[in-house]
Amino acid sequence: MDHSCDILIIGAGPAGLHAARAASRSTRRPSILLVDENPSIGGQIWRRGAPAWAGRLLAGANACSISYLSSTTVLQRLGPRAVLASTLTPSGRGPIAARITFDTVILATGARELFLPFPGWTLPGVVGAGGAQALVKSGLDVTGKRMVVAGSGPLLLAVAGFLRSRGALVAAIAEQAPPAAIRRFALSLAGYPTKAFQGLMLRARLASVPYWTGAWPIRATGTDRIERVTIRRGDRDVEIPCDLLACGFGLVPSIHLAAVMGCEIRDGRVVTDDLLTTTAPHVLCAGEANGIGGVECAAIEGEMAGLAAAGMIDPARRLLPARARARRFAALLDSAFAPRSELSSLASPDTILCRCEDVTTGEVKPYTTWREAKIHARCGMGSCQGRVCGPIARYLFGLDPGDARPPAAPVDVAFLAAADPGAIPGESPLSE
Amino acid sequence: MRTADVIIIGAGIIGCACARRLSSDGLRVLVLDAAFPGAGATAAGMGHIVVMDDSQAMFSLTLASREAWARLAPDLPPRAEYAAAGTLWVAADQEELDAAGHKHAFLRERGVKAELLDPDSLRGAEPNLRPGLAGGLLVPDDLVVYPPTVAAWLLGQAVRLGARAVMGSRVVRVESGRVTIADGSVFESPAIVNAGGQWSQDLTPGLPIRRRKGHLVITDRSPGFCRHQVIELGYIKKAHASDEDSVAFNIQPRPTGQVLIGSSRQFDPIDERGHGRPLDHGIDHAILARMIRRAAEYMPTLAGLRALRAWTGFRAATPDSLPLIGPHPRIPGLWLATGHEGLGVTNSLGTADLLADLMAARTPTIPAEPYSPSRVLGDG
Ligand SMILES: Cc1cc2nc3c(=O)[nH]c(=O)nc-3n(C[C@H](O)[C@H](O)[C@H](O)COP(=O)(O)OP(=O)(O)OC[C@H]3O[C@@H](n4cnc5c(N)ncnc54)[C@H](O)[C@@H]3O)c2cc1C
Ligand SMILES: Cc1cc2nc3c(=O)[nH]c(=O)nc-3n(C[C@H](O)[C@H](O)[C@H](O)COP(=O)(O)OP(=O)(O)OC[C@H]3O[C@@H](n4cnc5c(N)ncnc54)[C@H](O)[C@@H]3O)c2cc1C
Repeated sequence: MDHSCDILIIGAGPAGLHAARAASRSTRRPSILLVDENPSIGGQIWRRGAPAWAGRLLAGANACSISYLSSTTVLQRLGPRAVLASTLTPSGRGPIAARITFDTVILATGARELFLPFPGWTLPGVVGAGGAQALVKSGLDVTGKRMVVAGSGPLLLAVAGFLRSRGALVAAIAEQAPPAAIRRFALSLAGYPTKAFQGLMLRARLASVPYWTGAWPIRATGTDRIERVTIRRGDRDVEIPCDLLACGFGLVPSIHLAAVMGCEIRDGRVVTDDLLTTTAPHVLCAGEANGIGGVECAAIEGEMAGLAAAGMIDPARRLLPARARARRFAALLDSAFAPRSELSSLASPDTILCRCEDVTTGEVKPYTTWREAKIHARCGMGSCQGRVCGPIARYLFGLDPGDARPPAAPVDVAFLAAADPGAIPGESPLSE
Repeated sequence: MRTADVIIIGAGIIGCACARRLSSDGLRVLVLDAAFPGAGATAAGMGHIVVMDDSQAMFSLTLASREAWARLAPDLPPRAEYAAAGTLWVAADQEELDAAGHKHAFLRERGVKAELLDPDSLRGAEPNLRPGLAGGLLVPDDLVVYPPTVAAWLLGQAVRLGARAVMGSRVVRVESGRVTIADGSVFESPAIVNAGGQWSQDLTPGLPIRRRKGHLVITDRSPGFCRHQVIELGYIKKAHASDEDSVAFNIQPRPTGQVLIGSSRQFDPIDERGHGRPLDHGIDHAILARMIRRAAEYMPTLAGLRALRAWTGFRAATPDSLPLIGPHPRIPGLWLATGHEGLGVTNSLGTADLLADLMAARTPTIPAEPYSPSRVLGDG
């Protein structure tokens, strides 16, 4: 199946949806194709319900040609204005290969969680904070289960609140940031009404859960799965028995697809100019892939990218101050929740760093570049291709995974045959 | 000031093998590389150690090398991923079966173990091959290694014998007896070895080396999917007989249970002055697709494995497909160990032995003339 459009938007989170809306208002009436690897729109934060305007938009409210392809993963670039994707047929069968051609593409691939290794972090029952949320949404029953939420950032509160609403007993929330930093952050929220509101709501709902600041996990132990976690709290170590430990140390940009598309990556983010153009021709990037900025920032950048892609440069420029303000908020968040230096020495040399290939921290340590660590220690060589261990290696050793090879996600070998202009995609990718 | 008895430029598998061998001769060796051990073609290639029969010269070097690998095996660390996998050459039709017969006879006459397989034993050996193939030839003593860690290990052995390795030092000038690196440091030595692989023509202008690009794909773990390095017999004709882009079915089991799928060959276009284009590691989707389709013709179930990553690498090709090993005919003190095309991992140990013998003015165990740089560069 082939698709062609004027503007391709990859990722249907806040950034992608705002990009689609902004572009759809152009008098040029560009044809817009929005794709996401998930069945529904919304991205990480609106997964269970995007705003009503998004639904109306996709139903054609702005009288422009717009369509949404769900369960569609972009795999690689085929040329300056074409990508290969894995998608479903209109009747929901598949996956099948699709080539999508476009004039401009907007990457809105969002962020993923940062894990930091400590002894025992690979035990069953130790999950990501977002991962815990997803597990429960997909059916894991946590009623009466004892849980600890640890790591850093406002996401911990959201996850703890969610787990509690599903009947879990949240024994503690361990926030590694020092209490003073959190207080300063809370005060500075005054300038940002919506965020402050969100924060207060969460605290209120969680009133009965101990919220420890300046506390972080140093070890998880158990025979076949986690049985207890040791939290360092000031100068004491506290052992808490638990069934599940949900850990998240903040977010890192999802740069993998951008890297595969040939965009320059620096300091773990996609490099763009002030109008969100990347270094790769015809590719814009909006939202968290440019740096963690939160949902408001993602929305503003999405709108800017949508306008810019539709040729409305001046209106896009007019959003620069709003964007700068949102990025300032992100910087506040960043400095308040910046991982403390102790976190980089939690792992012992035999603690696993790369889970796919069972590579230990000690095995990666001797190498001075990501490529060398990859080639000689096999770090990042497995099925995640460094999506998980790359940010860890960056954090622990300053290695810089800025390069990625196609496909952007693991896919049947057959799909690589569909890249050939001679092949007939949509049928068996291997048919001549 | 004389810094070493010999300076080797390039810590690919060739430079590293030479460093170890020359160090064991008692020479003080200095190895320079712009990046790290095995960073070039050595990190991109397949690491199949295979006896070839396309010419007597290629046969002698590959066999001598394979025997050297087998002798080295007990010392190799586990991360070298040494495996006595054997090569299974697959014949699709009668013509290729005849070729298998000739290969069989050639190898047997020279004492190399080889066994012809009928269609049933072929599928018994590799159940994922499609039914209906004509037969095959098993060369059981061929090997597989993971090239970059082997290169690093060979260099480590050299260092234990007294060699010095300076990584991250890009050579910007090579003159008789001296080498200058990017930060301006100068190293002096009566002998310099150009082991720069696909970059050796930049170090020594005038070398007739062209880059020949290859694509590979690695899959997710699928233990037991195949057991041998499995190659179609059309491979040799295709690989060497023409300048055109070609693909061939060539797969390798990794110790992790992953499958490495190859391969393609594409000469870099050169302009009328003979200059290649800038290095482009990008994937050529059309040829990658051809390569995958070719592989699936032999092993249809390959199509259902999960592909994790595709990448490219460059072979350093000479006009006659044989490497350049020996003294440069016109530049005193300059030695060449380069141009190994698609067989540099295999031939690294044989190359090192040959070079060491030539440098020490010993009689090599195999005739050196076929690889002599003067055959393509002319005499001094
Ligand atoms: C695990 C996790 C949990 C979070 N939970 C919260 C929370 O509870 N509260 C909160 O305020 N913020 C949360 N955030 C942060 C919030 O998601 C972001 O601030 C906001 O969603 C950023 O918007 P975005 O559009 O840039 O990215 P996202 O919302 O992440 O949207 C990106 C979309 O792109 C899609 N995509 C990525 N790669 C491809 C590809 N190759 N092909 C096709 N589609 C692709 C993804 O499926 C996703 O739907 C969370 C983030 C993460 C990573
Ligand atoms: C797709 C593919 C599959 C292959 N499969 C096989 C196989 O199965 N079996 C086999 O035997 N062979 C195979 N090969 C071939 C094999 O990989 C090469 O022949 C071999 O790795 C070449 O080694 P080398 O040391 O000559 O070159 P390289 O490994 O490229 O090393 C050259 C080194 O020189 C350094 N260098 C270059 N310029 C400078 C400079 N100016 N200053 C300092 N340092 C410099 C580089 O950094 C590099 O490390 C394959 C190759 C490819 C591309």
